[in-house]
Amino acid sequence: MAVPTYAGPLERIWYYAFRVLCGLIFFFLIAPILIMVPLSFNVEPYFTYTREMLTFNPDGFSLRWYQDLFSSESWMTSIQNSLIIGIASTLIATFLGTLAALGLSRSEMPFKGLVMGLLISPMIVPLIISAAGMFFFYSSVGLANTLPGVILAHAALGTPFVVITVTATLVGFDHSLTRASASLGAGAGRTFFKIQMPLILPGVISGGLFAFITSFDEIVIVLFLAGVEQRTIPREMWSGIREQISPTILAVASILVAFSILLLTTVEVLRRRSERLRGMSPG
Amino acid sequence: MTQSDGTHSGSDAGHMVNGQMVTVDGTPLKASLKRAERKRTFIAFLLVAPLLTYLLISFIFPIGQMMWRSVDNPQVVTTLPKTLEALEDWDGEGLPDEPVFEALAEELAIASANRTVGQLAVRLNYEISAARGALMRTSRSVEDFEPPYKEDFLDAHRLWNDPAFYRIIKREGNPLTASYYIAAFDGTYNEDGEVVLQDENRRIYIDLFIRTFAMSLGITLITLLLGFPISFLMASLPMRHANLLMIFVLLPFWTSLLVRTTSWIVLLQQQGVINELLIALGFIGDDGRLGMIYNMTGTIIAMTHILLPFMVLPLYSVMKTIPPSYVRAAKSLGATPWTAFWRVYVPQTLPGIGAGAVLVFIISIGYYITPALVGGQSGQMISNLIAHHMQTSLNWGLAAALGSVLLISVLILYWVYNRLVGADSLKLG
Repeated sequence: MAVPTYAGPLERIWYYAFRVLCGLIFFFLIAPILIMVPLSFNVEPYFTYTREMLTFNPDGFSLRWYQDLFSSESWMTSIQNSLIIGIASTLIATFLGTLAALGLSRSEMPFKGLVMGLLISPMIVPLIISAAGMFFFYSSVGLANTLPGVILAHAALGTPFVVITVTATLVGFDHSLTRASASLGAGAGRTFFKIQMPLILPGVISGGLFAFITSFDEIVIVLFLAGVEQRTIPREMWSGIREQISPTILAVASILVAFSILLLTTVEVLRRRSERLRGMSPG
Repeated sequence: MTQSDGTHSGSDAGHMVNGQMVTVDGTPLKASLKRAERKRTFIAFLLVAPLLTYLLISFIFPIGQMMWRSVDNPQVVTTLPKTLEALEDWDGEGLPDEPVFEALAEELAIASANRTVGQLAVRLNYEISAARGALMRTSRSVEDFEPPYKEDFLDAHRLWNDPAFYRIIKREGNPLTASYYIAAFDGTYNEDGEVVLQDENRRIYIDLFIRTFAMSLGITLITLLLGFPISFLMASLPMRHANLLMIFVLLPFWTSLLVRTTSWIVLLQQQGVINELLIALGFIGDDGRLGMIYNMTGTIIAMTHILLPFMVLPLYSVMKTIPPSYVRAAKSLGATPWTAFWRVYVPQTLPGIGAGAVLVFIISIGYYITPALVGGQSGQMISNLIAHHMQTSLNWGLAAALGSVLLISVLILYWVYNRLVGADSLKLG
C-alpha cells in the first residue's frame, strides 16, 4: 500500500502519520518484552539500565543472574516440575482431544453443539473458578498437593485447544481420500494411520503445543492445587515478584522469551504446512 | 426379518421383496441403512466419550460442586436440630422459653464433644459478628450448666440476651441459604429480618463488580483503539510483510503471562525504566517519580498489553477477507476518504470487532494474576476477592456465591460471542 500518485498533500500526511501510529503500537507490543532481556545481564541488582550498560561498557554486564538461576535448587526443581507436568498433561490432553475431535467432526455425531460447548468449557470458565472448584474436588479425592493432581488438572485445561485445532484441520479434510483408501483394500486402522493421521498431524502437534504452553504458563491452578514440592516456574516467578524481586527473575524471563520464540516459529511452520497440504493457501 | 418368507432367492444384491428393497442378506434396505447409521453414530460418540467423561468428572462436576456451596447450609441444621424444633414455638419476640435452652445445652455439649461447634460458630459468625465468641465460650462451660438453663446461658455471653440471635439461628436452620448471595450483593438482614443494603461504608462487592466491569470495558475499548489500526495496516499490506508484522503480535501472545507482567513492573515501577528515562530527559524531578504501577493504571496498562493480541487476531482475520473494491467503488462514486472508510469499510469489520471485543471482555473480567501482582489496592478485581475468600478468610460460601455471579456473567457473554462468530471458529495463532 504505497501512497497513490493522485493523493493530495493531506492524504500524504495522513498516510505517514498512520504509519507512525502503527509503528508506535507495534513498539508498545514488543518493547516491554525485549527491554528486559538486556537487563538480565545487569551486573547490579537493579531493574534499570546503568550508565555502564548504556555505554556498552563490558563491566556493566555479567552472567551472575544466570549463574544464580542454574545454581538455585528451588529454580531447578521448578523447571523440572514444569517440564514433567507440561509434557504429561500435554500427552493426556492431545490423546483425548484428538479422539474427541475425530468424533466431533463426523456428521453423525449427536448433540454436537452441546458437546462442543462442554468440551471447550475449560477455556471459557475463568481460571479462578476452575481452580477453586478443582481445589475442593482434588482435595476430597486426595490428589491435592500431588504431581498427578496438577497434571490431571492441567490436562483438562489443555484439551479445548487440541479439540479446536484438530477440528479445524478436519474441516478441510477431503473424505474421498479415506474412501479411496478403503476401496483400495485398506482397513480402518491402516486408513487412519496412513492417510488421515499424516494429514491432521500438523493440527495435532500445534494443538499439543497450545496445551503445553497452557500448562507451562499456568499459575492459578498451581497456586490452589500444588504444594511446595510441586512448584513450577510460574509459581516460582510469582513468589519471586511478590516477595524478593531479584534480577534472577529477569534471567528466567529472558530464557522463557527465547523459548516462546521457538514455540511460535514451530506453530507457524506447522500452520503453513497444514494449509499447504490441504491446498487452502499458497503460502 | 424377511428371510423367513421364502419368496426370494437371496443370491442377488438389492432386489425387491413385497415391494421393499432388501440387501444381500434379505434385510430391508431401510433397516440396514438405519443400523449402519446407528453404528456410525455410536462410533462417533465413542470417540468423544473418553474426553467428555474425563471433563465431566474432573472439571464440570467440581465446578458444580463448588457452586453448590453458595447455597449449601448444613451447619445449623445438623448441629442444632432439637433447638430448631423448640424454636418453632417461639413467636420471634423477646427471649425464647426454657425448652429452647434445654435443647441448646444438650446439643452444644454434643457439638463441643465431637468438635462440630467450631463450624457452627464460624457459620453463625458470618451473620452476626459476636456469634463465634458466644458459641465458643458457652460450649466450654455448657457441661456445668444446670436447669433452668436459661439463666446460665444469659450469664454466659451477652449475645444470648439478644432476641436477634435466635432469629438468626432460626433463619439459618434451613438446609439451603440465600445469605451468601445476599452478602455478595452487599445486602444484609435488618432487625426485622428483611433484606436491606449494607451501610454505605461496608459495601464492597457491588462497587467491585462495577469496577471489574468498568475496567474490562475500558481495556476492551483501548485494545480496540490500538488493535484496529494495526490490523488494518496488516490487512492492506502484501502477505509477506503482513506475516512479518504478525510476529509483533504473536510473540507477546506466546510469551509467558508472568514474563509480561514482570516486564511491566520493570518498566513502570518507581525506580523503573520509564521513570529513570523521564528523569534523565528532565521531564520530572527525582522527587516527582510517577506512580504507574500497584494501582489501577498499572493493571490497565499491563492487561491491555496482554490482551491486545486477542483483539488483533480476530480483527485481522476478518479484515483480510474484505475486498478493497468496495472502498474504491465508494470513492469513485464521490465519497470522501473518511465517508468511504466509516460508511463502507467499518461496517464490514463489525464481526471482527464483535468477536475481539467479547473475547477480550470475557478474559478480562475473570482476570486474576495481573491485578494481584500489579494492581495494588485500586486495581483489584472480583477474582482477587474470590481468591481472598478462598485462601485467607476461608468463607467458601461467599467465594462460591461471588464465583457463581462471575461465571454466569461469563457464560452469558460467551453465548453472545457464540451467536456472533460460532465457537468452532475460534482462531488460535
